Amino acid sequence: MANKAVGKRPPVKKGVLGRVIKTLFKFYPKMTAFALFFVVCNAVISSLPSIFMERVFTVVGDAIKAVNSGLVSDAWAAYGGEIIKYMLTLIGLYVFSLISGAIYKQFMAIITQGYLKKMREMMFNGMQDLPIRYFDTNKNGDIMSYYTNDMDSLRQMISESIPQLLISGIMVLTLFIIMLWYSLWLTLVVLVGVVIIMLVTKTVGGGAGKYFVGQQKAMGRVEGFVEEMLNGQKVVKVFCHEEEAKADFDKVNDYWYDQSNRANRYANMLMPILGNIGHVLYVLIATLGGVFILQGVGNVSIGTAVGSVLPVFGVALVIAFLQMTRQFCNNINQVSNQVNSVVMGLAGASRIFALIDEKSEVDDGYVMLVNAKEENGELVECEEHTGLWAWKHPHGDGTVTYTRLMGDIEMHEVDFSYDGEKYVLHDVSVFAKPGQKVAFVGATGAGKTTITNLINRFYDIADGKIRYDGININKIKKADLRRSLGIVLQETNLFTGTVMDNIRYGKLDATDEECIAAAKLAGADDFITRLPDGYNTMLSGNGANLSQGQRQLVAIARAAVADPPVMILDEATSSIDTRTEAIVSRGMDALMQGRTVFVIAHRLSTVKNSDVIIVLDHGRIIERGSHEKLIEQKGQYYQLYTGAFELE
Amino acid sequence: MIKVLAKSIREYKAASILTPIFVSFEVILECLIPFIVAMLVNAIDVNIEAGETIELSEILMYGGILLATSFASLACGALSGAFCAKASAGFAKNLRKDLYYGIQDFSFENIDKFSTPSLVTRMTTDVTNVQFAYMMIIRIAIRSPLMMIFSLIMTFIMGGNLGWIFVGVIPPLTAILLIIMLKVMPLFKRLFKRYDNLNESIQENIRGMRVVKSFVREDYEKRKFDKAATELQVDFTKAERILAWSNPVMQLFFYGVLSSVLFVGSYMILKSSGTTLNVGDVSQLIVYGMQILMSLMMFSMVFVMIVMSIESARRICEILEEKSTLSSPENAVHEVKDGSIDFDGVNFKYSLAAERNVLEGVDLHIKSGETIGIIGGTGSSKTSLVNLISRLYDVTEGDVKVGGVDVREYDLNSLRNQVAVVLQKNELFTGTIKENLRWGNPDATDEELVEACKLAQADEFVTSFPDGYDTHIEQGGANVSGGQKQRLCIARALLKKPKILILDDSTSAVDTRTDALIRKAFREYIPETTKIIIAQRTSSVEDADRIVIMNGGKIDAVGTHAELLGKNEIYTEVYNTQNKGGDDNGK
Repeated sequence: MANKAVGKRPPVKKGVLGRVIKTLFKFYPKMTAFALFFVVCNAVISSLPSIFMERVFTVVGDAIKAVNSGLVSDAWAAYGGEIIKYMLTLIGLYVFSLISGAIYKQFMAIITQGYLKKMREMMFNGMQDLPIRYFDTNKNGDIMSYYTNDMDSLRQMISESIPQLLISGIMVLTLFIIMLWYSLWLTLVVLVGVVIIMLVTKTVGGGAGKYFVGQQKAMGRVEGFVEEMLNGQKVVKVFCHEEEAKADFDKVNDYWYDQSNRANRYANMLMPILGNIGHVLYVLIATLGGVFILQGVGNVSIGTAVGSVLPVFGVALVIAFLQMTRQFCNNINQVSNQVNSVVMGLAGASRIFALIDEKSEVDDGYVMLVNAKEENGELVECEEHTGLWAWKHPHGDGTVTYTRLMGDIEMHEVDFSYDGEKYVLHDVSVFAKPGQKVAFVGATGAGKTTITNLINRFYDIADGKIRYDGININKIKKADLRRSLGIVLQETNLFTGTVMDNIRYGKLDATDEECIAAAKLAGADDFITRLPDGYNTMLSGNGANLSQGQRQLVAIARAAVADPPVMILDEATSSIDTRTEAIVSRGMDALMQGRTVFVIAHRLSTVKNSDVIIVLDHGRIIERGSHEKLIEQKGQYYQLYTGAFELE
Repeated sequence: MIKVLAKSIREYKAASILTPIFVSFEVILECLIPFIVAMLVNAIDVNIEAGETIELSEILMYGGILLATSFASLACGALSGAFCAKASAGFAKNLRKDLYYGIQDFSFENIDKFSTPSLVTRMTTDVTNVQFAYMMIIRIAIRSPLMMIFSLIMTFIMGGNLGWIFVGVIPPLTAILLIIMLKVMPLFKRLFKRYDNLNESIQENIRGMRVVKSFVREDYEKRKFDKAATELQVDFTKAERILAWSNPVMQLFFYGVLSSVLFVGSYMILKSSGTTLNVGDVSQLIVYGMQILMSLMMFSMVFVMIVMSIESARRICEILEEKSTLSSPENAVHEVKDGSIDFDGVNFKYSLAAERNVLEGVDLHIKSGETIGIIGGTGSSKTSLVNLISRLYDVTEGDVKVGGVDVREYDLNSLRNQVAVVLQKNELFTGTIKENLRWGNPDATDEELVEACKLAQADEFVTSFPDGYDTHIEQGGANVSGGQKQRLCIARALLKKPKILILDDSTSAVDTRTDALIRKAFREYIPETTKIIIAQRTSSVEDADRIVIMNGGKIDAVGTHAELLGKNEIYTEVYNTQNKGGDDNGK
């Protein structure tokens, strides 16, 4: 499994590992420290058994010698005590290792899940505060992969790779020291073997990595192909194009097979190769050990230097060495396996931190929307909900003025550019008196939606002024500004939950009755009551079980329950057919009653009865006036209306 | 399920069988290695003081055997790895192929049942899961038990009664591992589903960020997320903590085996003064012990992976076993005589279980060469009606005849080649305009392409592109406008030179003038072709020979524009909303 990661090394920012460790300690200071301590204990102890094996075998060897030379008759009686002593120490170490292993595993389970949850929350909470620009400039799929792919590689790294790397690293080190303690020459042999193992891993693993990347690409290609063809499957059928579609598919499918075959071949061969290099090393150690013993070659090691290991080779030493060789090789393999997934995890962490570090939406607004009541002809702020709202405007001199929320919107000579270079709105002025309906008409890209993005300050204008009830919208707190605006978007987004929950999204404390009333107003009640569970029908997958038109009706009801003084309807009825629209438009008209409304519509029949129709072209207003006036003018609008022009 | 999947192994059967064979050889050789090592160790473990000498030739001989065994094992291992890769990758390839080919043979009814993303996941993720499981089954799932058995045998050969230690260890360890796995697996399965749900709600949130921000629901979303994330964390931690016991348990048994072998082994050596057992044997018994325990763990892991992939296998089988609901009859009619269409007492519903008919008592007779307009609201079954003509669905009752012959008697391809449909939800595919057009007729000459485009009023804008007919169309036709896309789709259908042409709301994005030009071209250049035009705009059907008004699955009226206007309520209402320009819809 670790092979999947080989060869694909996305960028890792500097200091990420440090930050991961720092956050781990920040979230779980004591537990992380304890876990770390026990990991180290576990690793050190796990590399010790070979020493005791050597001791036990030495004792056994001595005992046999003693028996053979007739010094003792019962070897067990003479040497059993010593063996038991070693065994008890060994068991003691094992118990300690087991306890430390169990504790660190339990701690890691708690730490990992807790850490992931905290990271997830930091990401999500941070994301909520990001400006819309971030979502417009980053693909949804990319943002999503921070939560899925990157989170998964982070989990893998924290819960498995880092502890494993630590254990293997410590064991390699401890074993290396023990080996040096026993014999320099044999250690050198092992080292040569390790170098070979690493070279093989790199070549074979690299080959696998290359093809695993190829396999990933091939998979993407198949995915893209299949998605496109299956989306158009009905077209394939009506054109009897099945055979060609099969032939085209075979091409991409065969390529995937080829890459997958090669990648897995390399990966599958790695294990037997490594295992058998280990065996060869084994043979070398055993043979050399034998030769050394035979030739009486002097042993050189730290142990001999200190004098606690005899300067000649013995069979117990060779056996212990064999054991250590095996462990050493296994752990080297472990290290090389884990390095890749640590790199992957760090790359994931880099992206996750980048999202967390993303700058939040700035809000310098200080004018707030408050409940108000009228006392002696003057507006006074109050706690309770009165249905009357006012803008609370604190001034520099400490005085506070209250302005009644009316829904009067003015745009003065607004210029705007998304990127600071290409201007998409030029000199746009729009005046909407409370209760007026203003319509924007124009081709895709003419700037209709941009205007609505500016009114609710998803983006800030480059030049000009926008006033809401006479207050510059830059002074209004964004949350309060947005609360005073209702929006129904072209692309309806519903959330997992019941229909009722979705409508209530507009006003969280709305009663069921209020929600139903809003649905009735929007003309949605009729179809909702016919759903299997009525208002309690569960919606999921963005309301996949509803038709596009029905989704829009729910979205309209959601805006209706919020009951804002200003409404923005961005292509809200684009997916409803002309006849159904007649029904919906009755609801819409009721919804628009007494509100300032901005309408963007593709279908001109929906904007006809607006107070003002504004025709946009490439970010400029080219015509404005009522339907009758514009028809009389016989300009762009007239041409559009009579169908002489294609919109889009 | 296994039977259905196994059909896709086909040409990779040899590799699939060779893999376990080589794995078996590899295991046997691997199990011999510690045995030979023990002999080697014993060869150097001689009592010099007792006058014995180490034979260099003996050491070299064992070393040589060991090397040879090692290389043979390497060869078998590498071969099994290569065959395994081939078998599993090939199996996956065939699965994908069978899935895709199966889907190609689906009828519209089958297609409606599955969403595109779900099909794509089945062909990619699910197949990959099954491929992985297959790799595990033919290699590791064979290797681990074999390894265990052979190692056990070797322990008895080498250690005699010491082998019982290993036998004693296997059942409790297996039981504990299985209990942990079985306890944790359903837990994780449920948790992963919830984890998916959490991710889905994040996705929803990202997609709907404008809604969240417009309604100032950031804090509400944070609270909602916190609740879900915390619940998930608590349950995940519980499950992980149970799973975390498997490692210490393994270690416990490993240490247990190691110390008992070491202790009992030493005891036996000393008691027998080295005659029944020796140091080399004991050291290699430990190696066997390790192999046995490792295989056990591998096996339990593989077991979990295989169980996890069952869901994927099931989802794949669902498609493989899905039978097309439509197929050509035997002795099918291949010739479509003319473009006449007859609906006789047609009732239709999409599934037999449905309560209401989508089409009810439809009788309609269309002469060859006639132009028929169809008007009606959403859900009035206009599309359902025309879908029956090219037998995209079968009628529930009654019959539909084309050229005087029941559509169920035609060869499907022959029928559909003569009945061209421009679908409402139409698609262009990645490739040049030419390639897209040639879907209609792969052998069409460039002149024919231009001619068809001229009829569909597409030639003008196509030639205005820098690359003309070689312009590359992006996925889904993203780089042409809606109206242009519709006209290209019409041209593509015209290239079939069909006897019947059906336009299902295919000019909705085309301006009225161009729309009229297209219809004029139809009248002048393909007068013999029967034309059926479904439209939202009355202007698109005004000049049709007859107009069919659909309402709630029934034919409300049939007549010319003049006959219907003012007399048919629906037609008049639609006409008025579109043409009067007044404020008559509400106030």
